[in-house]
Amino acid sequence: MSNVPTDRKYARSHEWAREEADGTVQVGISDHAQQALGDLVFVEVPEVGRQLQQGDACAVVESVKAASDVYAPVAGTVVAVNEALSQSPELVNQDPYKAGWIMRLKPSAPLAGADLLEAADYATLAEAG
Amino acid sequence: MPFIPHTEADVAEMLTAIGAPDIESLFAEIPSELRVRALNGVPEGLNEQQVLRLMQERARQDGLPLNFIGAGAYPHHIPAAVWALVTRGEFYSAYTPYQAEASQGTLQTIYEYQSMICALTGMQVANASMYDGATAVSEACLMAVRANRKSTSARVLLPGTVHPHYRTVTQASTGGQGLELKTPGYQRATGQTDMSALTAYEGQDVTALVIQQPNFFGVLEDVDALTDWAHARNALVIAVVNPTSLAVLKPPGQWGTRGADIVVGDGQPLGCPLSSGGPYFGFMATRMDYVRQMPGRIVGRTVDLDGRPGFTLTLQAREQHIRRGKATSNICTNQGLLMFAGTIYLAIMGAEGLERVAQTCMLQSAELVASLTHLPGVRTAFSGARFHEAVLLLDRPVAPVLEALAARGIEGGYDLSGHYPELGPALLVCATEVHTGADIAAYSAALADVLKSVRVA
Repeated sequence: MSNVPTDRKYARSHEWAREEADGTVQVGISDHAQQALGDLVFVEVPEVGRQLQQGDACAVVESVKAASDVYAPVAGTVVAVNEALSQSPELVNQDPYKAGWIMRLKPSAPLAGADLLEAADYATLAEAG
Repeated sequence: MPFIPHTEADVAEMLTAIGAPDIESLFAEIPSELRVRALNGVPEGLNEQQVLRLMQERARQDGLPLNFIGAGAYPHHIPAAVWALVTRGEFYSAYTPYQAEASQGTLQTIYEYQSMICALTGMQVANASMYDGATAVSEACLMAVRANRKSTSARVLLPGTVHPHYRTVTQASTGGQGLELKTPGYQRATGQTDMSALTAYEGQDVTALVIQQPNFFGVLEDVDALTDWAHARNALVIAVVNPTSLAVLKPPGQWGTRGADIVVGDGQPLGCPLSSGGPYFGFMATRMDYVRQMPGRIVGRTVDLDGRPGFTLTLQAREQHIRRGKATSNICTNQGLLMFAGTIYLAIMGAEGLERVAQTCMLQSAELVASLTHLPGVRTAFSGARFHEAVLLLDRPVAPVLEALAARGIEGGYDLSGHYPELGPALLVCATEVHTGADIAAYSAALADVLKSVRVA
């Protein structure tokens, strides 16, 4: 049973997006996603300043046996990336919702309008498979 | 399990099982006008005895000419031990084995090969080899586009001093992937890449600059200045090098202030015989920063559960069987057999042996150039310092001269007039440690003789 905090929204492709006080949106992958991938050995983060459409492949999480793309849950400009992941990709496994964040976006439209799931709906989706 | 083709009884049984009267009927749905009835120009099959006879006759036609051609394929002495070992059953495979970790000896040899390539190039990591020098250059260009995140243009400068065949192969394999290849020219006086031709790209987004050292003309480039020029403009540097020359030249990892980013080349000079253009092997090395963008297989050293050292394929998430369409390359293997030859060659020669080979190449090449340019109507094209090749200018068309030399048992060089018509009658010549003083004297005497009989155009 994976952990799905209710203070953020989720994409069907297993990213989370949380609106910060300053209006930016923090993005990471869900606890369910990190469990499915297994121990991460590398995270490739996007360039700061890159403009993303919703659904753009913008980061890569690599485990020993797989590499998966991370898709932008909302459209926007990358304003910060988690530099700690270059040395410690395991942060995504250990703490996917806090220390394991991947990037922060300045959204080009309000988060409320994005086609994202509430925690309860994502939990159902994750449990189904 | 032995390979046994289907017997006639097998075929009959299978046809009965699917209810087909004969094999021909399986092709019935193809309209008859689309079927090729006869393969015109393809002769009947030959048996083993006939094939052997044919190949012996062809080999006689090749003869054993004195070869001064160079141009990317170099005659070197190959110690007999190299191929005696490579053709042992333990090594005799073209590929990285399936269930690779079950073949620890193979992986250890690849690991040692990678270590040797790193030592020669001054780089941090090498892959398990590529097909040849030309494909290694094209893979390096694609890799640079993935690795250089400060650049979005996919514009790669591939100067006219880079081997023309490498440029053609690179154009063929990268053109469809959106790369824009540009060809800055060279200085007519020195034969080096022209720094002032590079200024045309000032202020433009350049993804990478390719530097061949020694370049196709055999001339040594000012690699430090070129490397720093590229890095100052956020372009990556792709070095294309002759492995033999690295025994006496500065390794690409030390070019300029920061060193080259990707190093490739053809491994042929390391133990691979000249054989109508191949098979050879390519090598590729880079910095650890870019290892996830490198194509090909990589063997790593690790420990097993009991702490004993062992070898394993590593960083496989880059590769096609895991990454699918987003893999770094469609190359999921290596040029195993030739790479083994290169590894054993380097192990036998050692650093000192390779250095002696490189020095002898330079000496013999200098003697060849001095001897040939002593003849009236023959002069060097470029003033730049050389490794073991040189461009000579003749006072008459090159092709008939080469033909007349060939009739005297001498392959006199590579005619440049096709690729570089602006040079006029130009000939690329090469000498290595296999060429004796007597060989060089024989070439010089033959050329003197030929120049008397072949007309000045």
